Amino acid sequence: MRALTWHGKHDVRVETVDDPGIVNPRDAVIKVTSTAICGSDLHLYDNYIPSMMKGDILGHEFMGEVVEIGPKSTLKLGERVVVPFTIACGSCYHCGKQQFSACDNGNPAENQDAGEKLYGQTMSGLFGYSHLTGGYAGGQAEYVRVPFSDVGPIVIPDGVDDDKVLFLSDILPTGWMAAENCDIAPGDTVAVWGCGPVGLFAVQSAFLLGAERVIAIDHFDNRLALAKRFGAETINYKTTDVAMALRELTGGVGPDACIDAVGLEAHGLTADNVYDQIKVSSFMATDRPHALRQAIMACRKGGKLSIPGVYGGFVDKFPIGALMEKGLQVKTGQTHVQRNLPALLTAILDGKIDTTFLISHRMPLEAAAEAYKLFKEEQDRVTKVVLKPGMVAA
Amino acid sequence: MASTMTDDTPAATRRDGDRATAEAGQGARDSVTARSVTINRPAAELYRFWRDFNNLPKFMADIVVIDVVDATHSRWTVKAPGDREVGWTAEVTEDQPDRLIAWEGRGDIRNSGRVEFRDAGARGTIVTATIAYDPPGGALGKLVAKLFRREPAVQAAHDLRRFKQLMATGEIATPAMNLAQLIDDEESR
Repeated sequence: MRALTWHGKHDVRVETVDDPGIVNPRDAVIKVTSTAICGSDLHLYDNYIPSMMKGDILGHEFMGEVVEIGPKSTLKLGERVVVPFTIACGSCYHCGKQQFSACDNGNPAENQDAGEKLYGQTMSGLFGYSHLTGGYAGGQAEYVRVPFSDVGPIVIPDGVDDDKVLFLSDILPTGWMAAENCDIAPGDTVAVWGCGPVGLFAVQSAFLLGAERVIAIDHFDNRLALAKRFGAETINYKTTDVAMALRELTGGVGPDACIDAVGLEAHGLTADNVYDQIKVSSFMATDRPHALRQAIMACRKGGKLSIPGVYGGFVDKFPIGALMEKGLQVKTGQTHVQRNLPALLTAILDGKIDTTFLISHRMPLEAAAEAYKLFKEEQDRVTKVVLKPGMVAA
Repeated sequence: MASTMTDDTPAATRRDGDRATAEAGQGARDSVTARSVTINRPAAELYRFWRDFNNLPKFMADIVVIDVVDATHSRWTVKAPGDREVGWTAEVTEDQPDRLIAWEGRGDIRNSGRVEFRDAGARGTIVTATIAYDPPGGALGKLVAKLFRREPAVQAAHDLRRFKQLMATGEIATPAMNLAQLIDDEESR
């Protein structure tokens, strides 16, 4: 089959690789009909995530048709499913508590050493996201082997377009959980750093969960305009002092909850970010946490900090004093995708959530390498690329 | 042993783990490792599966085959560095149903194993495995073993994780894309 493989920094290629098949009893094989490039795939593209190997197949946002099932799969041949990016067993202690991304058993035994060293305990397996998360082949391919297919995939009713439901695989549940983690109360103001897909879904979700005001922060006009469309007030950090603006917009109080939907490759124009760039490029730190620092400083006393943005390693100059003295509550983590899938699918079918506005580009899988370059270099215009295996180039 | 009055940790986690474990009577060889996992299945079920030594190669990566001879004896064939195989006969020396199994191996390598099952309420069962052995060829053997990633502490941890996966989910997690890759991965391990 054809698949998008990783070969190093800014080097991804569409190649012919082995076809997947059933390995374990609970497996299924999916024929991919739509797969998206995620902002977090750019962290792999930029070589920020350790334990990648040449030839790894990327992609963790995908859906398709069930073409093969193991004896313990509950799926039926021909069903259309969206697959969560977290590989969770459904039967361990954490899955029992709906903490699917903390699943004990989704990550192969040999791959758990690195996670234990880096984080103390290993997290669940993930599709197409380095060997730290299991080394599983991803979904930017014609076919994918899906382990624990009786737990993860959600069946999509006939007649519903791929474009409407594809983002159930990651970014919609991630934006939703980001807002859920803010424990929003009536009257609350929520500030969101980053108007990429997760940030934009967090804006929508925060309103649906009862926020009175949402303030969105970015520097791309097109993305700020999308946030505005969902009712957010906007701050362009290129032209405005974010800390001062947030204080003034909230009558000196600060936002009740702050969401860092940026993660480890934050851009920014301030001294701390220049310092981070030097540190990271000389390997003295691994992540650039500018947005996170700003969110902690801006948040009101006793407020909530939600971090859906991906971090992989260590940061420097972390404002632990502000975090502790102001008594902020922090909630974060890879998304427990399976937890909210049925409710979010219902919200989409009922027309309460629309995700199709996000898609700016539809391209054939064969053009995936170009798509990465485009997504990396033109983030204002390119909000989301969906790859379609079998699609003929326009 | 100065800290035993104020340190409640298992012997194997101490900085002098080998000696402390031997002194605690849980092993008396050169290299000792103890690891715990929590598995959300009842102790009786886990004990039953482990007590049938035919099942051990399903999750212990280095074992080629175990032939069960009688109720307390079994013959083990195990992968060793440099494409070699070593073997021993294991005798069950302690057997407390649903709680504990201990065995002694005599052959190419002297070794002992001990696995305990402790009830952890709603979380299932805490399983602790302690492996003690005389490394092949002393210190040199241990170095070679390390190079081949068959260092016992690492291998025991992996084996226990696989045991947990098999008991909790009915299968062992693998990134292999198909059966051919799975067989390749297992052969190169």
